[in-house]
Amino acid sequence: MDIIRNFPAVSILLCLFAGIISSGLRARAAGILNMLLILTGIALNLCTLVYVIFTGEPYVYVMGKFPAPWGNEIRVGELEAFMAVFFCIIMLLSMMGGSLERKREIEDGKKNLYYIMVDLLLSSLLALVYTNDLFTAYVFVEINTISACGLIMIRQNGRTLEASIRYMIMSLLGSGLLLLGLCFLYDLTGHLLMSNIKEQVGMLAAQGTYHMPLIVALGLMSVGLAIKSALYPFHTWLPDAYGYSTLSSSAILSSLVSKGYIFLLLKIFYRVMGFEFVKESKVIHVLFVFGIMGMIMGSLNAILEDNIRRMIAFSSVAQIGYIFMGFGLGTTEGVIASIYHVVSHSASKALLFVAASGLTDASGGSCRYRDLTGAGFRNKLAGVAFTVGSLAMVGMPVFSGFISKLLFSQAAIGHAYKMLPTLIALAISTVLNAVYFMKTVIRIYTPAQDDPEMAPGRVIKMREQKQKSAALICFIILNLVLGLNSQPIIEMIRNGLGMFG
Amino acid sequence: MGANLFTNYGEAVAMILFGIGFANLLLQKNMIKKIIGLNIMDTAVYLFLAEKGYINGRVAPIVVDGVQDAQAYINPIPSGLVLTGIVVSVSVTALMLAITIRLYGRYHTLNLDEISAQLKKEGR
Repeated sequence: MDIIRNFPAVSILLCLFAGIISSGLRARAAGILNMLLILTGIALNLCTLVYVIFTGEPYVYVMGKFPAPWGNEIRVGELEAFMAVFFCIIMLLSMMGGSLERKREIEDGKKNLYYIMVDLLLSSLLALVYTNDLFTAYVFVEINTISACGLIMIRQNGRTLEASIRYMIMSLLGSGLLLLGLCFLYDLTGHLLMSNIKEQVGMLAAQGTYHMPLIVALGLMSVGLAIKSALYPFHTWLPDAYGYSTLSSSAILSSLVSKGYIFLLLKIFYRVMGFEFVKESKVIHVLFVFGIMGMIMGSLNAILEDNIRRMIAFSSVAQIGYIFMGFGLGTTEGVIASIYHVVSHSASKALLFVAASGLTDASGGSCRYRDLTGAGFRNKLAGVAFTVGSLAMVGMPVFSGFISKLLFSQAAIGHAYKMLPTLIALAISTVLNAVYFMKTVIRIYTPAQDDPEMAPGRVIKMREQKQKSAALICFIILNLVLGLNSQPIIEMIRNGLGMFG
Repeated sequence: MGANLFTNYGEAVAMILFGIGFANLLLQKNMIKKIIGLNIMDTAVYLFLAEKGYINGRVAPIVVDGVQDAQAYINPIPSGLVLTGIVVSVSVTALMLAITIRLYGRYHTLNLDEISAQLKKEGR
C-alpha cells in the first residue's frame, strides 16, 4: 500500500491544478469541480490517516527525489493527517451551507473566481499542514492570505473593501515578521527543512552560543503568526471581515484560515525550535498574557454588539485567545487542549455562522437583535442549530466546547503560577460567553410581538434550503460526535503530537 | 557589541529599514504611503538575506570552466529565497494597489481613517 504515501502531495497539487482549471470554466462547472475536489481531498487524506495509524509512525515524502538537506519534503504523521481531513470536512460543509448566499451576493461574472480562491485556499491549508520546509510554509502563508482576502472582498460593498484592506495590512505585518524570523533562523542554522533546523538548534543550545538570536527569531515568528491569526490586540480587521463577507467566506475564514496559521505555529514550536527550547524562552508568557486578554476582551466586545454576525466574529477573538493561552501554559497537556479547541471551535463557529444566516433569512435579511425576535420559530432547524452552537461555545456537557474547557482546566491545574489566572479567566470568559450566547438564544425563542419597526419575517421550511439544511445537520452531528466521543480524538491528538517533533 | 555592529553594518541598515517600513505600514493613514512602507519592509529583508548570503572573495555558483573547489562559491540559496520573496511581495503589492483603487473610486480619498468615518456615516 505504498501508493498511499503519495496522497498528501497529490491532494495539494490537485487543489492547485483545480484552481488553474477553474479560471477557464463557467461558474457552475467550477462549483462542481470544487465540490469534487474537496470530496477527493477528504478521501485521499482519510486514506493517509488510516495508513499512518496502521503503520504507527510518521513518514517523510521527498518531493522531486532530492535527498534531505537540499530537497523539499512533506512530513506526514497522525496529527497532520487528522487535521487535513478535518479541514476538508469543514470546508465542504461551509461551502454547502453558503451556496444560496453565493448565488445571491456574488456578481455573475465573478462566481468562478470565488471557486478559484477556495481551491487555492484549500491547497495552501493542506500545504501548511503537511510541509516540512519553512520557506515553503512562508510561500503558502502568503497564498493563504491572498486567497482569504479575495474571499472577503468578493461581495462588493464598502465594508468588505475596508475590511479586506485592513486584513491585508495586518496580515502583511505578520508575514513580514515571519519572514524576518525565518531568515534569522536560516542564517543561524543554515537549513530550511524543519527537522534539520531542530538538530542545529539543539547543537547551538548545547554549546550555549547564539541564545539571544534564537529567541529573537522564535519571538518574531510567534508574534507574526499571532498577528495573522488575530490574537487580541490585532483583531481590528476581524469583525468587519467576518461580519459582512458572504456566508461561506465568514465560515471558512473563522474556522480554517486562522487555524492554518496556528497549526504552523505549533509546527514551529515542536518541529523547528523544539518544545523544550520554547518552554524555557519567555515568548510563551507573552502569548499567555495576550491570550487571556483576548478571552475576556473579545467576549466583552461581543456583549456590546448589536449585529449577530459581528457578535459571532468577536466571539472568535475570545476563542483564539483560549488557543494561545493553551500554548502559553507551556505543557504538553495545554497544547493538546489547544489543538482540541482548534477542532471544536472550527466545528461550532462554522455552525454558528451558517445557523445565524438561516435566522437572518427568516427575519427579512436583518442582522439586528430586535429583528431576530422569534426567528427560532420561523426557521426551526436554524434555531436548533444555533442553540447547539451556542451551547458548544459556552461549554455545556455533551457538546464539543465542554471537553476543550475541561482539558484547559486540567492542563492548568498544578501549574505553579499560571493555574490561578487561567482558571479565573476561564470562569469569567465562560460567564461572558453565556451572557451573549444565551441572550441571543432567548431572543430567537421569544414569540414575536406586532412591532411596526421590526423587519418583516417569513417562515422558512427545511425543504426550501436543502443544502444549508444538510450542512446544518452535519455540523450538529459533528459537534455531538466531538462532544460525546472525545476520548479517541484526544488519544489521536496525543499520539500525533508524540510523533510530531 | 559596538564593533560587531560596525562590521555588520549591512545587516544593521537592513534592520533599521525594516523598522521604518514596519512603522510606515502600521501607522501611516495614507494608503499609498502604507504600500511604500510594505515595500521598504520587504526589501529590507532581501537586503538582509543578500548581505548574509554573500561572502567576500567568492563568486556566484555559475560553472564556467569546470567545477572548482566548493570554497570558491557562495551559497546560492539566499539568492533563491530573495527571488521567491520578490515574487510574493510583487503580487501582494499589486493586490493592495488594486484594492486601493477600488476604495478611491468609492470614497474619493486615500485616507483610511476618513474611509472608516464615511462608512460609519453610511451606517451599514
